[in-house]
Amino acid sequence: MDFESDLFFEVLVSEAFLKGAAISISLATLSQLLAIFFGFFLAIFRLGKNPLLKAFAGVYIWLFRAIPALLLLLIVWNALPQLIPAMRQEWYSPFLAALLALSILEGAYMAEILRSSIMSVDDGQALAGRALGMTPIQVMRKVIIPQLTRIAIPPTANEYIGMIKYTSLASVISLQELLTRAGNGVSATFRFVEYYAAALIYYLVIVSVLMVFQSRLEKRYAWISTVKKSEKVSK
Amino acid sequence: MSLIDVQKVEKYYGENHILKGVDFSINAGQVKAIMGPSGSGKSTLLRLIALLEPVHSGKILFNGELIAGAADGSRAKPESEKVLALRRRGIGMVFQKFNLFPHLNAVENVMCALTTVQGVDKKDAREQSIHMLERVGLGDRTTFFPSELSGGQQQRVAIARALVLAPQLMLFDEPTSALDPELVREVLKVMEKLAEDGMTMLVVTHEVGFARRVANEVLMFDEGEIVEALPPDQFFTKPAHERTKKFLEHVQ
Repeated sequence: MDFESDLFFEVLVSEAFLKGAAISISLATLSQLLAIFFGFFLAIFRLGKNPLLKAFAGVYIWLFRAIPALLLLLIVWNALPQLIPAMRQEWYSPFLAALLALSILEGAYMAEILRSSIMSVDDGQALAGRALGMTPIQVMRKVIIPQLTRIAIPPTANEYIGMIKYTSLASVISLQELLTRAGNGVSATFRFVEYYAAALIYYLVIVSVLMVFQSRLEKRYAWISTVKKSEKVSK
Repeated sequence: MSLIDVQKVEKYYGENHILKGVDFSINAGQVKAIMGPSGSGKSTLLRLIALLEPVHSGKILFNGELIAGAADGSRAKPESEKVLALRRRGIGMVFQKFNLFPHLNAVENVMCALTTVQGVDKKDAREQSIHMLERVGLGDRTTFFPSELSGGQQQRVAIARALVLAPQLMLFDEPTSALDPELVREVLKVMEKLAEDGMTMLVVTHEVGFARRVANEVLMFDEGEIVEALPPDQFFTKPAHERTKKFLEHVQ
């Protein structure tokens, strides 16, 4: 069987694929942002002194690193509504279910990334902040977070890229993301190559854009003056 | 009245008895130097005065006000960080390893606490900070990041960062020990100028020349206690205690 390039290009710019990509990107982005938020507090709890919060974070990280993503998606989409009547309503969409499952799961991984990032900031930094009269929250905001961000960018970008691909798992709960759209096309035409090739191109482009974004972000956190030295000295 | 008054202060790290009842005071405008072997508790003492760690027992008064420990000097209850943050105002600290914020340039390092702690508006804070950097001889380095500065320059930024908050007492924890020998002088010069201007200072140092020129009194510290306290001319020429004599043989 030959490669039908006309079909391939048609699929590539089809509304179905564009919408699928938009769903994948927005699901991955929202999940990752929520996961960073959850992960930050879990990391703080785990590093903190409160034994209850510490235990909670420990159990959370253990549990959600152990559950397969696919299983959690099925639990959240199929099993939870059986337990909770309120979730049987219209508002509980596959997108919401996937967002819930992926952000909860990823929160456990982000917790560990952020915990190691916080630990790698030198102890002297918090000490200096406190000596200047900053409260613990001010020390966290002004001193620790900017420094842990720099350390956390590469592994978090890794996770985000992984998340883009994780969204394809949500095809099992009938979310119309990118891979589901490709699957739809395949089952209607049996043209595997063209549809899968188009999907592949989408993933390549999305991940490439993310990598450019990552390298820009890393440059912003280089912490060297942007003005040329000669200019500054003469100033 | 003394500006800072340390009374019977004790400190433990687990089973380790780090400070065994330390007593001394500093009057406003005085400079005291602390010398002693490493591990003797000098840095711990400074951290207690800076309220970065709680005392076990004993007390510390600042301007006659109790800032650490219980009023009767008994076993102290730890205070919340929020209360401590307020009490720390008035005391500046400079660390051996500078501890500048690497994500902020020199002027941002200096103005950081002005804006976040004291609520000074950005424009004023920047002006004051640039002025302070000029005072420590770094007027041409205001936009440099710590990684672009030498150790001596970093330590001078750290001094400016503490000074800009207008402290009444400055604590220096071995401020030149992490520096290459040729950079020590520029930092000591700034500190000497500060002393001349009347700043009250407590300096942990091994710089004999500096202690001789600047200190009103030198405290010999060993195994968690003050062995003796003498004016520098006596301290370095005829110390009374064996432990001081032994220590000075190593330093001089």
